[in-house]
Amino acid sequence: MPNDSNIASSNVPPVSPKSGRTAPPPTERIPVLRWMRENLVSSPLNTVVTIICAVGLIFTVPDFINWSIIEAVFSASSHEDCRAASGACWAVVADKHRPMFFGVYPYDQHWRLIIALIIYIGAVGLTMLPKCWAYKFLIPLWIFTLFSTLSLMWGGFMGLEEVDTSQWGGLPLTMVLFSGTIVVGFPLAILLALGRRSNMPAVKAVCVIFIESLRGVPLITILFVAVNVFPLFLPQGLEFDKLLRVMAGMAIFFACYQAEVIRGGLQAISRGQYEAAEALGLGYWQTMTRIILPQALRICLPGIVNHVIAAFKNTSLVLIIGLFDMLTATTSVMQDPEWRRFTVEAYLAVGFVYFCFCYALSKYSQQVERWLGEGKRF
Amino acid sequence: MSASDNKQPTQGSFIYDQWFRSIVYQVLLAVGLGYVGWALFSNVIENLDRQGIATGWDFLWTASGFDIGESVIEYDAGDSYGRALLVGFLNTLRVAFLGIIFATILGVFMGIARVSKNWLLSTISSWFVEIGRNVPVVLHVIFWGTIILLLPQPRDAMIPFEGAFIMNRGIVMPFPVYNDAYPWVGLGLIAGIVGVVLLNRWAQRKRERTGQYVGTLWSGLAVLIGCPLVVWLAFGAPLIWDVPSLQGFNFKGGLQLSPEFVALFVGITVYTASFIAEIVRSGIQSVPGGQIEAAGAVGLRQGFIMRYVVIPQALRVIVPPTASQYLSLTKNSSLGVLIGYPDLVNIGNTTLNQTGQAVEAITIMMLVYLAISIVISLFMNFYNRVVAIKER
Repeated sequence: MPNDSNIASSNVPPVSPKSGRTAPPPTERIPVLRWMRENLVSSPLNTVVTIICAVGLIFTVPDFINWSIIEAVFSASSHEDCRAASGACWAVVADKHRPMFFGVYPYDQHWRLIIALIIYIGAVGLTMLPKCWAYKFLIPLWIFTLFSTLSLMWGGFMGLEEVDTSQWGGLPLTMVLFSGTIVVGFPLAILLALGRRSNMPAVKAVCVIFIESLRGVPLITILFVAVNVFPLFLPQGLEFDKLLRVMAGMAIFFACYQAEVIRGGLQAISRGQYEAAEALGLGYWQTMTRIILPQALRICLPGIVNHVIAAFKNTSLVLIIGLFDMLTATTSVMQDPEWRRFTVEAYLAVGFVYFCFCYALSKYSQQVERWLGEGKRF
Repeated sequence: MSASDNKQPTQGSFIYDQWFRSIVYQVLLAVGLGYVGWALFSNVIENLDRQGIATGWDFLWTASGFDIGESVIEYDAGDSYGRALLVGFLNTLRVAFLGIIFATILGVFMGIARVSKNWLLSTISSWFVEIGRNVPVVLHVIFWGTIILLLPQPRDAMIPFEGAFIMNRGIVMPFPVYNDAYPWVGLGLIAGIVGVVLLNRWAQRKRERTGQYVGTLWSGLAVLIGCPLVVWLAFGAPLIWDVPSLQGFNFKGGLQLSPEFVALFVGITVYTASFIAEIVRSGIQSVPGGQIEAAGAVGLRQGFIMRYVVIPQALRVIVPPTASQYLSLTKNSSLGVLIGYPDLVNIGNTTLNQTGQAVEAITIMMLVYLAISIVISLFMNFYNRVVAIKER
């Protein structure tokens, strides 16, 4: 509470009586000091916490920087250089990045994967822009993207060498698994969510049992089913590609979680919306696709994005069943006895790639929430 | 939606009748599912027949022939597959139980740290959270699995405190030798918990009747610790530490944690803790500042405000998503198969490969996980009812 004398004194620079010169400003006026005072030493407890944290950091951070940057080897002609150094061996990433990020795909055909990745990331980037949010644009874009990237990877036309899906690997395989999961899983999730809210008891029961039983088991067991049991389900002679089966398993698992999120959104829609749609004479599917779902999906957008990120991370589980995604490829590349000691560096590199994608997605979803919040209509 | 029952058949024809349509859809669905189920089943039988794979549960009682690295109960290669799966189940429970406890502690700490006014602490916490949850749990587990192999040999093991050793063979630490008194001490602990509940009830009733506040924090702690302590002392305070010692190339005695266990435990704990931290943060931030100011305005002390205003409201936001984090931690413990920790999935997988009975082995795994999930859900639903808004 400033009183009159304070206001007056703040206008006139305080004069120290002895020297007659202006005294230094109180610490509050120096932004850095004020910031430190407010954020680091505002109370005794706070000061103690700061000291503990600082001591902890002093013991770890310099060592880490030393290991990861100062003493690290960034390029090496052979693994001997790395062994000689005491720091991290990032040269392992430089040496092995091709098999790490592209797996067992034929080495001289890697340019196809690079083009496919560029198309894919471009399409993802376009999809993220609100200007491009129109079915007229997005659906052809994604049909083109999936068609072109998949045919680039498959080959077998225009003189391109045919590459079987068992040889697909690395980051492109991660992308294929991820988009397959979303493209198949999301519509399925909507159907399951609608089914669970259905008036028809049989439909509801089937959806509830399906969702709850799959949510109760680990994804690994579903992948085991896809790999070991699913072939038994088919009549003799009929076979599905392993990649396709795994993708289907992931999509179904993703759909069960996503369905619960979407159901939350559906529950938040007031009855008036249904009644209004009915009053307009809209049928069930028209009501859902034009009135209810656009609002429901918007409400539960944060949850949806969370599960999309989870789906991206879950693609790494194919390590267990031997599909060569980025992580599996890295693990098997690191069996090389010469570089084996530097597996940690390779994993850190892969972790960094995952981190970039997931972090970008989560930041983007916060941005989308802000965009949608601007024109809040409900 | 529910207004459909008062709809009239519009065109006079019964195919436009909603009731009729819904019956038809449901019958079609049932018939379709029934057909698919029957087709799958007959295919499975036929395929298994052709490949000469036995069906049924007899394999559970035949000798497994493989060894398991670590086990809570006694087991050797001569024991049956059923017992092997039981070992796996117990190992899953062990890592999931410890993981839930430590992930909760770490997650709550990090969540509170994230809303702390201390910039250093909240920054450290936000780095922990962002790195923890934006990296796949698979990578967490195999990363720690790799790190632990880089640790020094048993001879040069790191010593965090006297008697404990961290090395590439895992972690060993002193552990009390079993004594017949310990089950009774456990009972004493249960009695202590019951005592605390009763004490709180009594204090609450007294407060409601007389308006007089009885602090139960210290007396409750005394009851909680006192009961088992008295039992323990009554038995003559038996305590012998089994201290591990280096014999040859390995440590003998004490509590031994294998490198696989440590890697899996640290991996899933860190991953889940980062999610719980976010949940706790959002829970704390969900309590409006006005609530705290209002509590201060009616003259509540700082501790009271936390205990009776902030925490009860925050818990309502925190408990349901935390329950689902517990479930996913339990399911993530199945990643032990990646680094060779003998959990249920790992042993089920070995069983599957040795017997070829994929359907049965996977069914067992799924049913067990479903059962664990249901138990955790029931418990957390119960706890959620305790903390939920009491509508009076």
